[in-house]
Amino acid sequence: MRKIFVLAFLLLGYITAFARQNGGVEMADAMRGSGKIYVVIAVIAIIFIGLAIYLFSIDRRLKKIEKEK
Amino acid sequence: MKFIYQTWWKVLAVLLLLYTLIAGFLLGVPRLPILHETIRNVYFHVPMWMAMFAVFTISVIYSIKYLNTGKEKYDLIAVECVNTGTFFYVLGLITGMMWAKYTWGEYWSNDPKQNSAAIAFLLYCAYAVLRNSIDEEQKRAKISAIYNIFAFPIMVVLIMVLPRMTDSLHPGNGGNPAFGKLDMDNHMRMVFYPACIGWCFIALWIATLRYRIRLIEYKNNEIN
Repeated sequence: MRKIFVLAFLLLGYITAFARQNGGVEMADAMRGSGKIYVVIAVIAIIFIGLAIYLFSIDRRLKKIEKEK
Repeated sequence: MKFIYQTWWKVLAVLLLLYTLIAGFLLGVPRLPILHETIRNVYFHVPMWMAMFAVFTISVIYSIKYLNTGKEKYDLIAVECVNTGTFFYVLGLITGMMWAKYTWGEYWSNDPKQNSAAIAFLLYCAYAVLRNSIDEEQKRAKISAIYNIFAFPIMVVLIMVLPRMTDSLHPGNGGNPAFGKLDMDNHMRMVFYPACIGWCFIALWIATLRYRIRLIEYKNNEIN
């Protein structure tokens, strides 16, 4: 019985140590929580969509030139 | 060859990447010391190399095809794939240096992975130099095709094999656990794999655009 208690206590200690280890790592929780990260995502998405449209337009122009040949 | 003129895979690539750009920032990632939020770089730095490998592999296939058939077209595909691959190579190196600055402490710490990546980069620079130094078309195509076939496995060994045999700071090397085993959970895979596929297709798309331009230039020169 005592052994089990000791084991349980040690396990508990392990869990808290694990939790502390995880909690100690700094992450941008607040930044994402406050919602400002969406602004960054929006900017990146706009840039990428712009680049994609640009690529598509190059593609279309090339197709036209290829048809003329 | 009809494939490169189709649109569906280009749309697919754009949608996949749009998804990874959004999910890559919003989905949860493992909490790891030193890395912190930079672990999200896995979604952007690694796919650069995947895209590079994809176009370099295609270029080798077409170099072999060129040597088999002697069709000028295949040589043009091989060149433009190498050009696009080199571009993604530079992106991979620079993003890697940026990431290294904030996790390893230096932009360039003479890590085996960095050094051999730089050497392999010179291999492909040499390819461009070699091509530009030969005027005769067929000779240029043949020599550069052979060079390309030899350069590719050396590049793979330099980047993937040699750093793994020594101590390196880069994950996946020298007894250092790779992202695949410890650091990456299944949440990350849901973003990482689409990112790899998406960037590979984007690289392929750019390569095909460049190839089509070059083909037109080639035909124009032929008439004269």
